[in-house]
Amino acid sequence: MQGNEAIARGAWEAGVSFGSAYPGTPSSEIMAELTKLGDIYTEWSPNEKVAVEVAHGASLAGARAIACMKHVGLNVASDPFMTISYTGVKGGFVIVVADDPGQHSSQNEQDSRNWTRFAKVPMLEPSDPWECKEFTKLAFEISERFDTPVLMRSETRVSHCDSPVDIGERVVPNIEMGLDKNDTPKLVMVPMYARERRKLVEKRTDMLSEYGDGEFPFNLMEINDSSIGFITSGVSYLYTKEVFPEYSFLKLGMVWPLPKMLLSRFFSSVKKVVVVEELDPFLETEIKAMGYKIWHGKDLIPNIGELTPEIIERVLTKAIKKKAYRGPEVRFDTSQLPRRPPNLCAGCSHRPLFYILKKLGVFVFGDIGCYALAVAPPLSAMHASTCMGAGVGGAYGAGKVLGKAALGRVCSVIGDSTFLHSGITPLMNAVYNGGYSTTIILDNGITAMTGQQEHPGTGYTIRGERAETVDYEKLVSSLGVKHIRKVNPYNLEETEKVVKEELMRDAPSVIITVNSPCMLLRRASPKDKFIHPFYTVDLEVCRGCRACLDINCPAIAWRPIDDTEKGREKRKGTVFINPDQCVGCGICTQVCRFNAIIPGDEK
Amino acid sequence: MKENGKVTNIFLSGVGGQGTILASNILAEVFLKAGYDVKKSEIHGMAQRGGDVTTHFRFGKKVYSPLIKYGDADFLLSFELLEALRYINWVKPDGKVVLNRQKIYPPSVNLGLAKYPENVEETFKKFFKDNVYVVDGQEIARKIGNIQAANVVLIGAFSNFFPKIKESQWVDAIKTLMPQKLHDLNIKAFQEGRKAL
Repeated sequence: MQGNEAIARGAWEAGVSFGSAYPGTPSSEIMAELTKLGDIYTEWSPNEKVAVEVAHGASLAGARAIACMKHVGLNVASDPFMTISYTGVKGGFVIVVADDPGQHSSQNEQDSRNWTRFAKVPMLEPSDPWECKEFTKLAFEISERFDTPVLMRSETRVSHCDSPVDIGERVVPNIEMGLDKNDTPKLVMVPMYARERRKLVEKRTDMLSEYGDGEFPFNLMEINDSSIGFITSGVSYLYTKEVFPEYSFLKLGMVWPLPKMLLSRFFSSVKKVVVVEELDPFLETEIKAMGYKIWHGKDLIPNIGELTPEIIERVLTKAIKKKAYRGPEVRFDTSQLPRRPPNLCAGCSHRPLFYILKKLGVFVFGDIGCYALAVAPPLSAMHASTCMGAGVGGAYGAGKVLGKAALGRVCSVIGDSTFLHSGITPLMNAVYNGGYSTTIILDNGITAMTGQQEHPGTGYTIRGERAETVDYEKLVSSLGVKHIRKVNPYNLEETEKVVKEELMRDAPSVIITVNSPCMLLRRASPKDKFIHPFYTVDLEVCRGCRACLDINCPAIAWRPIDDTEKGREKRKGTVFINPDQCVGCGICTQVCRFNAIIPGDEK
Repeated sequence: MKENGKVTNIFLSGVGGQGTILASNILAEVFLKAGYDVKKSEIHGMAQRGGDVTTHFRFGKKVYSPLIKYGDADFLLSFELLEALRYINWVKPDGKVVLNRQKIYPPSVNLGLAKYPENVEETFKKFFKDNVYVVDGQEIARKIGNIQAANVVLIGAFSNFFPKIKESQWVDAIKTLMPQKLHDLNIKAFQEGRKAL
């Protein structure tokens, strides 16, 4: 069972009856799996802040509730999160946050353990799928007993690890459902009440620390060879155990608050202590602040990128084994091999739009989604990308200071799901405060990058039921946008004309792509609209000018040739279209000036 | 002294869309049912968009780390030649290498900006001698009627390295993981692959 599946299973067995999430790698599978298990209400919320707020509401009404997100999602949800620490819960409330050390698919590498101390909320950190399930179940009990939300920290190598898990029954706890007006002093965080709650939060932290000393079953002390003791948690424990199994370990299942007595016992049981943790020196700093001496930690262990067994062996062997580390034989220098970055799919509706933006020389404020792949050459059509929704505000702000001189030279692009997540507010701002930026909504009808999740604009819920659908045109119109255009991006000429007109307009405008569903969205039959099943190159006509390569289609490849003998204009090669990959979108035929790309025969 | 005893490390590599994830799921199903502890870790965030995909697969009595230690792979099972070469240094000196004879050009090669490496098979043979096994998964899959089944052909070939596991255990795993309409095709693909080595 995958780690994410195990978290879902744990929540389900714990009798959770409400789950909310916004998708984000590596957390996305949790809510999808929880939905499959049934007997429970789940939803894709439009963003993480909403996911936490709705789940907290469910908790206050007596349900066990879970909200899931990736690490940067907790930034979005941090406003309710920080104060829910004060109000507490009724039904157990667990927030799962999945980090991405190594930035496999994220814009930053923040260490979510820092939120736990900041918000004064306990955090559990499982190391494998078995623990994912057990920790999740226990997290709900901790939440109710200590009247606190509980953070569960996962990460890529835990969420996307598969290993055996024992399956149990679903037990729904006996909590009285309903809201109680007598709870007002606990739930209304006006200063008068919040000051009182503030004191309880500190007391709760002390109680949780004591709980971590004894009753909590997953802070484990293993005393073997006592000359060296490792303090570690999560997947770092597994790596260290793999490399140095003969030494002693304090494996923390709860990384905050720290168990004071247990730490004291561990330090008196071993001679030297090494703290092994990924990213920030979170445990190390706290333990040092308690006055303990740490032999090695971040002085040797990198604080950037994910750890691996090899890194741990490489950086610690000399200190621990008193001998030099010798790595494996390097047979071949693989650093020179061509890389294989991901690319927009063949037929993707984003490709023509970015091709046009590049042609027009516009500075593009991008956003988070598949379309960030347009940053790669030869499209090279994204020039800034920060976080969900940031592009809309960025283009407006830049336009404000650059003035009319930059008219036509700056725009923002944002996907449908990202726009609903956090693009509406900055667009409203651009209208209200009188900017001129053009916002292009790339509507592919789904949250694509994270693996096809529904959102309020798709017309379906997480369970596949029909739902109300956001009308983007009416929505942006109601914000005060006067100039709204719809374009079919597969028509290059017409799209270019519209984009040019709107870029030059001295008023906020919005362009929405239509008939442009994600190529992987089966229910929209994205390929049906293409006239020909695929295209091919007429090798007699192709001049080898390489213009079609500029669209960076994965189906089109350059083939060097030497055919000067034929007594014609010299060409260095021709292009080749792979019929297995081409879907017939026809963008390349509009780019070719020689009509060398022609419909293919039947596949 | 190692208390986790013998753990077998299998490194799988390929390109998004080749079915490497299904292949590693079959391995997981087989070795779990056979009573081993198993850990499988994969990076597949961008897999559907043609990026490279790697899976660390480990089984044994007790497995700690989800990641194989660099240079410690007992097997490299690769679905594409460039993606095999990229991980050549991960294999133990006496490790075994199973290569699918397929080339998928990455964007830089398609654009004429980089060269696809030549003589990948020979490079592997230079270091691993008789421990290199080459399978033409696409060709075998094409003969049985569906090139999509090349991943299962590879698993069939790979199954020969585990004589303690019976053919029926592999077939059961395929049946468990795939919809019924695909059973005949994939069982055939598995059997043809098993015969290929």
